[in-house]
Amino acid sequence: MRIAFASGKGGAGKTTVAASLAVVWPRPCLIVDADVEAPNLHLFLQPDLDAAQAVYLTVPELDAEKCTACGACADMCAYKAIAMLGGKPTIFADMCHGCGGCFEVCAPAALNRGQRELGSLQWGRWNLNPDREQALLMGKSRVGEAMSPPLLRALERAFASPACKDAVDGPDILIDSPPGVSCPAMTTARMADALVLVAESTPFGMYDFKLAHAAFKKLGLSLTVVMNRAGMPGNQAGDAALERYCAAEGLPLLARLPFDMQAAEGYARGNLPPLGPGDNGRAWRGRFESLQQALCRWIGGQPWPDLADTAQQPETAAQTRAERLCDGQGAAEARHA
Amino acid sequence: MSKIKGAASAAQRSEVMKIAVSSEGPGLDSQVDPRFGRAAGFVVVDTESMATEYVDNGASQVMAQGAGIQTAERLSSLGVGAVLSGYVGPKAFTALQAAGMQVYQELDGRSVGEAVRCYTEGSVSPAAAPNK
Repeated sequence: MRIAFASGKGGAGKTTVAASLAVVWPRPCLIVDADVEAPNLHLFLQPDLDAAQAVYLTVPELDAEKCTACGACADMCAYKAIAMLGGKPTIFADMCHGCGGCFEVCAPAALNRGQRELGSLQWGRWNLNPDREQALLMGKSRVGEAMSPPLLRALERAFASPACKDAVDGPDILIDSPPGVSCPAMTTARMADALVLVAESTPFGMYDFKLAHAAFKKLGLSLTVVMNRAGMPGNQAGDAALERYCAAEGLPLLARLPFDMQAAEGYARGNLPPLGPGDNGRAWRGRFESLQQALCRWIGGQPWPDLADTAQQPETAAQTRAERLCDGQGAAEARHA
Repeated sequence: MSKIKGAASAAQRSEVMKIAVSSEGPGLDSQVDPRFGRAAGFVVVDTESMATEYVDNGASQVMAQGAGIQTAERLSSLGVGAVLSGYVGPKAFTALQAAGMQVYQELDGRSVGEAVRCYTEGSVSPAAAPNK
């Protein structure tokens, strides 16, 4: 099961929620940083990273001796990566999306296959839970690279590969998505089976959350919502508006994570809320354990759990699917019983 | 040094019949649009007759990418020999060079007519590199 964490607004809490869930996840899972333009999961999970593997896109290179200046490549290119200037094609490799169309239409075979570096992929292992190591996969865009979807597709190939299945001990993949609703966010959402929208109930957060919902609901994914920074002083109306919207749109609201200065201060130092000190850390650990359970039950199917009944086990046929997803936990409970 | 450079550019200029000025409006009274690739349009001036023609650039303004390259293609197909604008990005600059056009930058903040006068009087020099 691939679960992506997305939001319209940047800074809504995607990374905090994804990384905190990975910390409390009841069995080993892979966590993927798909925010390739600004990856930051590693700052919180502190993995030992393997060497970076560069990822390339095939782009055209002109063989001027073979070129007949027919212009077919420039006509084919929808992205202005090839333009007829001064009667001959000029190639702008930075603009190429790698569709390969120009190679197909070049009758004299005057285009050679060159490469543009998109960025890199990096595997790592982290062990903030002292009893086990978990896998992390990070995509990192090259500085100056304008396109992230081709790198994101390489990221998906990496975590869908048989080698990855061997290296990761469980089938669960948590994906920290890029913010926004443009190509990077949509490309990442399409990799997922289920999408968690992390929403902030501020006016700006609400506006972008609605945009994100409008965009993501067209993908036909299971969508759910986690409200972050709930109960901010003076923002009761914002919280209520977000709850009303979710109710009206049939979006299950799986958690209301409270606005908490102590958690914010810890985060600014690179500490995840469930790993914070004392009662505060324990409270956050409990919140994310509840969210993890609610999430697994929600993925299992309706009825969607609400916060009030996160302690109850819904008795539906779909529950078995939820148990399969979280069978590490389910099996453990069954053994105890 | 600057004299030699000025003389060279004057010699090149004498061959150029058509210049294009990025413009916020259709005439010589309009303000120079500081943008090249996403300029609203271009006032194309025949430097011999001083006749003007307005070329709308709206199609390039709305492009997600490649606006500067497409604009360069458009001006190249019109037989323009020199471009006067405010700021020209690296890809647009490469495209204009490949098409054999001269580029004059930092001419924004004045009317199209004034920019044309700067060019015909020879008080500006063609750029060697993009300025954006």
